[in-house]
Parts: sequence; C-alpha cells; structure tokens
Amino acid sequence: MAQARQTDETALQRTPLHALHERLGARMVPFAGYEMPVQYPAGIMAEHKHTRAKAGLFDVSHMGQAWLFAPDGLAELFERLVPGDIAGLGEGRMRYTQLTTADGGIIDDLMVTRMPNAGGRERLFVVVNASRKAVDLPHIASAIEGKAEISPWENRALIALQGPAAAEILAGHIPEAVDMAFMSAREIVRDGETLLVSRCGYTGEDGFEISLPAAMAEAFAETLLAHEEVEPAGLGARDSLRLEAGLCLYGEDIDETTSPVEAGLRWSIGKRRREEGGFPGAERIMREIAEGPSRRLVGIKPEGRAPARHGTAIRSADGEEIGVVTSGGFGPTVEGPVTMGYVAAGHEAPGTALGLVVRGKTLEAHVVKLPFVPHRYAK
Amino acid sequence: MSTLRYTKDHEWIRLDGETATIGITNYAQEQLGDVVFVELPEVGKEVAAGDEAAVVESVKAASEVYAPVAGEVVEVNEALTDAPDKVNEDPQGDGWFVKIKLADKSALDGLMDEDAYKAFLEESA
Repeated sequence: MAQARQTDETALQRTPLHALHERLGARMVPFAGYEMPVQYPAGIMAEHKHTRAKAGLFDVSHMGQAWLFAPDGLAELFERLVPGDIAGLGEGRMRYTQLTTADGGIIDDLMVTRMPNAGGRERLFVVVNASRKAVDLPHIASAIEGKAEISPWENRALIALQGPAAAEILAGHIPEAVDMAFMSAREIVRDGETLLVSRCGYTGEDGFEISLPAAMAEAFAETLLAHEEVEPAGLGARDSLRLEAGLCLYGEDIDETTSPVEAGLRWSIGKRRREEGGFPGAERIMREIAEGPSRRLVGIKPEGRAPARHGTAIRSADGEEIGVVTSGGFGPTVEGPVTMGYVAAGHEAPGTALGLVVRGKTLEAHVVKLPFVPHRYAK
Repeated sequence: MSTLRYTKDHEWIRLDGETATIGITNYAQEQLGDVVFVELPEVGKEVAAGDEAAVVESVKAASEVYAPVAGEVVEVNEALTDAPDKVNEDPQGDGWFVKIKLADKSALDGLMDEDAYKAFLEESA
C-alpha cells in the first residue's frame, strides 16, 4: 500500500496547543508550515459527526491574526484591497471577503472585523490563511503604508468551538458570548488579558472562534474539552465539514487565477461595492457580475460511492472536457461523496449531468446547489 | 501458528492451496482512517507482482493496494462495495480484498512472516 511521505518536519512550527494534541493522541501532519493534528483517535468520521451533533474543538492557531490601526478612514482604505463592504460594517461586526489581484484573482480569503476605536485610533482585525499570511501581510502593509499600520498579533492561539452546542457551552465560561449575533466579535478581558471572541466559523454550524494569549490556550481548551459535549476535531474533519458546507478552501478551490465571481462568492460583494468598484480587479469582477463568468465553481454529486478528488477531470454529458474538480471527498453527514469543481459556462445549472474521470473510468454525476448540508448559523 | 505473509507495503497474504487471499494489515487500516470506498479489480484479470490490485479510499485520500504476487484474480470481496468499513473493523478477516491464483507459489518465499513484519513495523516506527 502506498504511504504518504511526510516532508521534513524539522522546520515546522508548533501551535500553543501542540502538547495538548499529543496528549490527546492526535496524528500530527505538516500543514502550511505547522505541525497540525489531522485527526484524533476517534477518527475523521466521528469527529465530523460529533461537530454536527454537539460541538467540536479545533485548533486554528496556525492562521494569521493581525490588527490594522489608523487615525481615521481605515475601512475606506482597506476597501482598496478587497471587494467586500468594510466601510458599511458596524462596530463589532465582521465580514468574509477576499484580497484580490489587479487581474481579479484571489490572493487570499479572510475575515475582517471592525472593532471599536481605541486610543483615538480606528481598528480592523483580520484573520488570514496560514498558507498565505507571509504573502498577505506584506501585501496589506505596502498598500496602506503611510496611512495606517498593520501589526501581527503574535503569541496568540485561536480556538474554534463549532456545533449546535457551542453557544451553551461557551456561555458557562464567557457569559458575554451567549447573546452575540452571528458574524460579530467582542473583546473580553479575563485575568488582565484580552480575549477576542467572534461568533463565526467555517463548518456550516453555529460556533465561535476565540483568540487568546498563547499562555492561556491549553488551560482554556481543556476547560472546554471537560464538557461531555465537546470533542477535539482535527484538520481532516475541518476539511470535510467545510466541503459539505460548500465553503472554498484557499489553494484548492480558489487562488490567484480564480475570481470571486467564478468561485461563487459574489454574495460577499456588497451592492455599493458592485456599483462603485474601486478594488483590485474591479474591471474583471464587475464584467463577470454583469455578463456571467466563463467558468463557475459548482457543487457536484457523484452517483456512486467513489469520491472524486482534487484534479479529477470533469466531462459534459457529451464527453467533452469542461472542467476540473477542486475539492472532493466523502461527506460523513451526506453519507456519500461530495465534490466541488469548475465547469465551463452553460453547465452550471443544478441537475446538469456530468462525468467525472476517476482512474480512467467516467463516473456519472450531476450539478447540485451548494451547500450539501444546510448552514445552521445562529440568527 | 499464523500462515500469513506480509509485505513492506503493509499487505498480508494467506495461501490456501494455489490461491492467495490478499488484504491490508491492521497497521495499514489505522494509518488510512475511515475507509469509505473500495475499488476492486475484475475477476479474471491477470496481475503482475507490484500491479495495482485494488484502490482503497479513506475520508481523506485514495491509496493503491498492490498485488504482492503475480497471478489471476479469481475472486473479489463484493461485500466491501456496500460495507467498505469492514476494512477497518476486520482488516485481516472479513476485510480482505482479492483472491489471486498464483502463477508461482515460490513468490511468497521472499515475503515476511509475522515476526519479521512486527520487527519491520518497530523499525519503521
């Protein structure tokens, strides 16, 4: 049997929860320069199902956390980098958007939160992908130079508690979290340290992300894990959960060649921004909004049980090659294979018959509306 | 007394007359995680040693199972089509993949016995 070869682990960074992962029996793998838990002894299937049923605890400390500060005009300044409506964000509200290239490709996707002014300065908080933070932060810094500053939040952990039981569990430790709206954030001081609690996630479930000092992380994670309803979940379950939720993964579904419109992310571009433009790649993005993109990321359901993985060729019912799978695997909640991929314009309607070329055989499949599993975000 | 033989690719082979039953070891199924799909060859297919005999898909990834010995596929474990998790539950029993009629019985001579496989696992751990 072919074994996956691990890359050199000597250069890998560790998160503040590394020792806890080892104690919990996690299988650690290299991911985006970090040694990360891909699964715990329960396995991906059990971790995934537990998160949908109760609550899963994920270490996402590898992601990049940074603050932006400016005396004024910070949201308007940041809008020159992303197509999302940042100026329209209320205090403590957050939005999913993308850093775009001049050609309308995606440098990274990220969460942007507008926090109340402090020390006479406006503040934005951003969370970016681990694999892209070395690109994103200099990109942002050079674009805002002289007008605002960006400061990585170092020595922090980021813990995601996801699932229908998350709010009730977190309320026992951070009572301020219970009445938070979805896509909002709040700073909470505990033992003289600032925690940043956001009601958001990337699993399709209600949940929270808690940024806290590295030194507090392990004790806090153990407090949550002490609840019967909370089980640790690794990157494997995180990937299958986000795929069932129809959410894009950077480097798989989106990259510098794909535009937000092609990727089905036009919902993340507010009406004002669509009308005004003024972001990198606006020409392409607004043209694609008006005329439709030449290819489109769609949900695809294979007929049998065989998963179609990243890179699988997609054919039309006539056998013509019309696209490629970007994310594919097995959906434990769906109890079958789930796939996302780009198809040429004209093949994106739900119900369209497709073929997936897996190991030389063409498997029958059809386009479905995303997500595969309905989102259950808090109202 | 175990009559199983093992490969460095974590397959096991049990010889019964001229027919070898092939599966993956408990170590291999633990490494794979939850098995969700198994692709089996057609009965009658001739395989050479080292050829792909089956494909096993876990939640995360696809892995090939190689034929450790040459011969003709005479039976496949159809039960895995509906219940691929048998590979996790009983890898060295009900979770077998294929039966191959050996071209040459001496092909098993170079494979590890149980003690040698255990030592191999400890070395590679």
